[in-house]
Amino acid sequence: MAENTLQAPAVSQEVAALRTSPVAHLADEMAAASVEGDRGVALREIPFLAQVGVRALPGTPSAAAVEAALGTSLPRRSGEVTGPAGRQVLWISPDEFLLVADPDSVDIAAGAAALGTGEEALPGSIMDLSANRTTLELSGPSARAVLEKGCHYDLHPSIFAAGTAVSTQLGPVPILLWKTDETTFRLLPRASFADYTVHWLLDAMSEFSAPEVP
Amino acid sequence: MLLIDCPNCGPRDETEYHYGGQAHVAYPEEPSTLTDSEWSRFLFYRQNPKGIFAERWNHAAGCRKWFNALRDTATYEIQAVYQMDEPRPDAVSPELAQAQHHAPEGGAQ
Ligand SMILES: [Zn+2]
Repeated sequence: MAENTLQAPAVSQEVAALRTSPVAHLADEMAAASVEGDRGVALREIPFLAQVGVRALPGTPSAAAVEAALGTSLPRRSGEVTGPAGRQVLWISPDEFLLVADPDSVDIAAGAAALGTGEEALPGSIMDLSANRTTLELSGPSARAVLEKGCHYDLHPSIFAAGTAVSTQLGPVPILLWKTDETTFRLLPRASFADYTVHWLLDAMSEFSAPEVP
Repeated sequence: MLLIDCPNCGPRDETEYHYGGQAHVAYPEEPSTLTDSEWSRFLFYRQNPKGIFAERWNHAAGCRKWFNALRDTATYEIQAVYQMDEPRPDAVSPELAQAQHHAPEGGAQ
């Protein structure tokens, strides 16, 4: 695999200081709602992850160019996630993928150039979608129980394995749901749904701060 | 709630899908040559069978792709799902439908 060419110049301190993540105003509420112990569950936002939308059909020259630029192969089936930690590609559909990487670690212009320009350009696209979704992390022994109150996907470990991600719904909200380990889920709602999604989760988490009702 | 088997994503709840009506309605080769009555027949006239019906579905909350399904409109049983560019399969018995069912691979659904 070729050296990945999507390394970004560092974002200046001034620019970084100006931005506000979609649920920054709920950080205190999320921290206060976390529950410790056997029934524990915690919620936090992981702001400003770089996200790059990729359209290309695996097996074509477009996909080969994209894979060279990303430095990783594209996933081939629903659920599959490829790439090293901090720079991973999620399967969205047979010809659509989302690169999720550490904040400010991707140079979109270099990525887009991988498909060429003008009449020589290969079909497909590489597009900066970083502000489209924010990332929420729900973790703890009760995380699955919280999600099961309103998630339409089957979250049983025999179906939903750690290290896989699916596009589904939480309540009425379309989300990408990414299981990073046995008790940790990343939820990626679109920014405009993030406030609602956090309030939905805070409500669903509240029962776990009390002892289980036999 | 129907459990519909997306050819790309595997079984998902009905709420993740949008319904697209009758499948295999070809766009007219020469639309400009059609009479008003032929055009209205293309636009508005659809079958409404009791029994097996080939219909389109869009996996709106998942892969966002269209696909076709053979559904029994009386029992709601979905006998087959197939890609848009595949021909309509023959209606099959419940046992065959089970065997043809898209088998999920591992945990990565
Ligand atoms: Zn699908």
